[in-house]
Amino acid sequence: MRTRISGAIGAALAAAAFTWPLAGQAWEPTRNIEFIIPAGTGGGADQMARAIQAIVAKHKLAKVAVLPINKSGGAGAEGFLDVKNSPGEPHKIIITLSNLFTTPLATNTPFNWRDLTPVQMLALDNFVLWVNAKSPYKTPKEYVEAAKKAGSGKFKMAGTGAKQEDQIITVAIEQATGAKFTYIPFKGGGAVATQLVGGHADSTVNNPIEAVAQWRGGNLRPLCVFEKQRMPYKNKVTKDMSWNDIPICKQAGLDIDYLMLRGIFMPPNVSAEQVDYYLGLFAKIFETPEWKDLMERGAFNQTRLKGKEYADWVAREEARHVSLMKAAGFIAGK
Amino acid sequence: MEEIQSLLQGFAVALTWKNLLFMFLGIVLGVLIGVLPGLGGANGVAILLPLTFTMAQTPGGTTTAIILLSCIYWGALFGGAITSILFNIPGEPWSVATTFDGYPMAQQGRAGQALTASFTASFFGALVAVVMITFVSPIIAEFALAFGPPEFFSVFLLTFCAFIGMSKEPPFKTLASMMLGFLLASVGTDTVTGTLRFNFGSIWLLNGFNFLVAVIGLFGIGEILLTLEEGLAFKGKDAKMSLRVVMETWKELPRYWMTAIRSSAIGCFMGVVPGGATPASFMAYGMAQRFSRDGERFGTGKVEGVVAPEVANNAAGTSALLPMLTLGVPGSPTAAVLLGGLMIWGLQPGPLLFIEQKEFVWGLIASMYLGNIAGLIVVLTCVPLFAAILRTPFSVIAPIIVVICAIGAYTVYNSIFDVWMMVVFGVAGWAFKKLQYPLAPLVLALVLGDQAEASFRQSMIMSQGDLSLFFSNLLVGSMTTLAVVLLFWPLIALGWKKLRER
Amino acid sequence: MAGNEGERPALRRRGAEIAVALVMLALAAIIAWDSVRIGARWVADGPQTGYFPLYIAMLVGGASVVNLLRALLIPREKNRTFVEVRQLKTVLTVLVPTAVFAAVVIWTGIYAAALAYIAFFMRRLGRYAWWKVAAMSAATVLVLFLMFEIWFLVPLPKGPIERWLGID
Repeated sequence: MRTRISGAIGAALAAAAFTWPLAGQAWEPTRNIEFIIPAGTGGGADQMARAIQAIVAKHKLAKVAVLPINKSGGAGAEGFLDVKNSPGEPHKIIITLSNLFTTPLATNTPFNWRDLTPVQMLALDNFVLWVNAKSPYKTPKEYVEAAKKAGSGKFKMAGTGAKQEDQIITVAIEQATGAKFTYIPFKGGGAVATQLVGGHADSTVNNPIEAVAQWRGGNLRPLCVFEKQRMPYKNKVTKDMSWNDIPICKQAGLDIDYLMLRGIFMPPNVSAEQVDYYLGLFAKIFETPEWKDLMERGAFNQTRLKGKEYADWVAREEARHVSLMKAAGFIAGK
Repeated sequence: MEEIQSLLQGFAVALTWKNLLFMFLGIVLGVLIGVLPGLGGANGVAILLPLTFTMAQTPGGTTTAIILLSCIYWGALFGGAITSILFNIPGEPWSVATTFDGYPMAQQGRAGQALTASFTASFFGALVAVVMITFVSPIIAEFALAFGPPEFFSVFLLTFCAFIGMSKEPPFKTLASMMLGFLLASVGTDTVTGTLRFNFGSIWLLNGFNFLVAVIGLFGIGEILLTLEEGLAFKGKDAKMSLRVVMETWKELPRYWMTAIRSSAIGCFMGVVPGGATPASFMAYGMAQRFSRDGERFGTGKVEGVVAPEVANNAAGTSALLPMLTLGVPGSPTAAVLLGGLMIWGLQPGPLLFIEQKEFVWGLIASMYLGNIAGLIVVLTCVPLFAAILRTPFSVIAPIIVVICAIGAYTVYNSIFDVWMMVVFGVAGWAFKKLQYPLAPLVLALVLGDQAEASFRQSMIMSQGDLSLFFSNLLVGSMTTLAVVLLFWPLIALGWKKLRER
Repeated sequence: MAGNEGERPALRRRGAEIAVALVMLALAAIIAWDSVRIGARWVADGPQTGYFPLYIAMLVGGASVVNLLRALLIPREKNRTFVEVRQLKTVLTVLVPTAVFAAVVIWTGIYAAALAYIAFFMRRLGRYAWWKVAAMSAATVLVLFLMFEIWFLVPLPKGPIERWLGID
């Protein structure tokens, strides 16, 4: 109840501030913040959003609560359109996946990241090429050669969703090597990892956090990471390997790098003060031990861009997705 | 027995005053969440997950935290049946099949018996599943790995064939209604190709038609409209509701031991695979109808028709935690959120959890026993209270039910469109029921359609369009065959009878 | 006589059957049309997006045609009442406000709409005293508000009244 009353007082104060604009008056939220997740419960974005909610609540980083709301319809289009259609609303933020780029391209949904206000990049999610530990392949090269030898479509790649990041990477591998995989879409990363363990697929490009349990259990083997440099985490994950020990794909003869954005956007037409408030909030979140734990557990790339750098990064990434998806034939016809 | 020793240690971990307090708190919250349609176990756990974050960081706190969350889940598994029986409104997807016999029982003034049977059956199902988790978890977990897309498709086919048999309704109406369910299921996003279909450019239809929204409308709102026609009162409001009813019902229940065993086997199988609690409840109901001596009279208010789905859905709901713990694969949406919770707390579900976090795992398993006992106590003592709701005048309770249904429809996807659809489905439910279009095949098709189509098409991608994949190994082949046998069971039974008469 | 008037059929069975069959036929046609548009063939890697929907739509359509024919063949003496005038009136007194309730939620928020809806229902159908109506509807809405917004932290749609009260 306290937040409600303070919310009411806050609203009154905000009204007062509006009448007498004071220089340097920082914006503060006056009611609970809706945190839109353009994906279902239990996925990577959902976990990160709920961790943020918990961190904010535990360390009392905001006067109001952060309420995660899943809007996963149409591969996330529902969530993006909701934010796009709330111009000037400062109590709404959205966490993005790669579907920020892929959904409008693959489904013709009328939105673009430029319809939103970029706030902060939280982290980048890595992708690793995994095979079953019982398979004989020790390097990506061996694996790709075997796939080529077996013939077109004989090797199966399991992944999350269709025409999204996993399938884009698969197509990129095909284009770089000439091997042809059969891509099988599943609903979630956990299911994908199990399909690989169960021998129903030959490889996956799971995010570290989706496959780490099976790696540690000795059921999966990482071949390489789709990164420009090795992951920095040197603590042993299995008996003899850390994330840092996984070679990068380029060195292993597979010249592909791909990172998935975990970033925050706001609705269009919000003020600079409002964006600054969230930047301050996230700066505090990044300092908490819980956030650092989360980063290490998921072996995230901790690049944290904001402002123009962030927008530029997103623009570059969008252009890259357009060319990747065009090459793969994933762009929806009008 | 190593397991028994570990379990006893687990009880030592779980049995603290603090844990018991959170256990009861979780159960009560869970029952409440189970009663409210729309706000399902998954939402409930997700909503309370952040609260447990602080809790998990004190020593031994992860056990307390998982006890709180898992008890919400048990509570929701128990509570879903309450509104199914009283008002024909399933509080959770897995209690749809409970309405088939539970609601007629309530209408006949036997709400107390129906509730008692449902809760006791739920407890039995959960108990069987927990015993299974305690003693044979490593073997069972391996079994789940054998399931690829063709195996999943054959499980859905099996569910379908087990449920669809002879119906009393006109065959073409059954066909129309079932296929309409499949059509509604296909609206939205095609998960296999990622394209949108049948949304005709509308944002509202991106999510497609949710099963729960359809069920709230077809069953709940439809039923209120039907009740209105016959006067402004719920039938069966003179239900007996003393604790003596509980005792009397208990005396009757052992008669259905065969159904209970069959349903718990189905439930455990579907939970581990993971096929889910909702298909499990339908499959168990269908099997009970087919193989029970009283099968003909199912749907008219038979205790057995309440026992079958409730045993199965709790067995499935409970055993769904097994693949989550041992493989890191959630067996249900709620398990998915719990899985996220474990990861946020710094635990790593997967093959090593049973080795590295022994105390946590056995504490959790012990709490499954305790939590279900606590749940049974809580819900049974409340039977008179629930039955008393039926005595509230219609013109007071009906609008409140409609409002709660509307909130429920909204919360499924946070979409106002779903509230409108609820009203539309309500009118459809009213008309369908009066014109003898059966609703059960429609909702079953709606709940299975999406997954069945996805697993079929995944299989076809794997085999490059070769249908013989569904007979390619012993597991998938026997399930497909069993499905076909069940589909033609009425004919086979008839032929067998003819043969014997000769 | 009023009683007889109320028992007069508002709609007979044949009419209702035909209406439902036609609605289903229309739905089937729309889906079938869109299925063909998005591709409904069996290609190398299995069925396309519209393959199953097309055939299912055809089944719905076929079954509906049979149901339609059977409805048309209902003989006059077997054409029983589907709904009586009096019944229809009762159903409509609830259905219309329910539809209005669902329709206005988008502007008024769910709490204000629920307050009005419960009050209307109790007053119109239960004929309760005004103070009872007011107390019951306000109490229900308050409990719902506390439960969802405060306890479970689930934001439900809100409207101008909540904004004015400063609780949105």
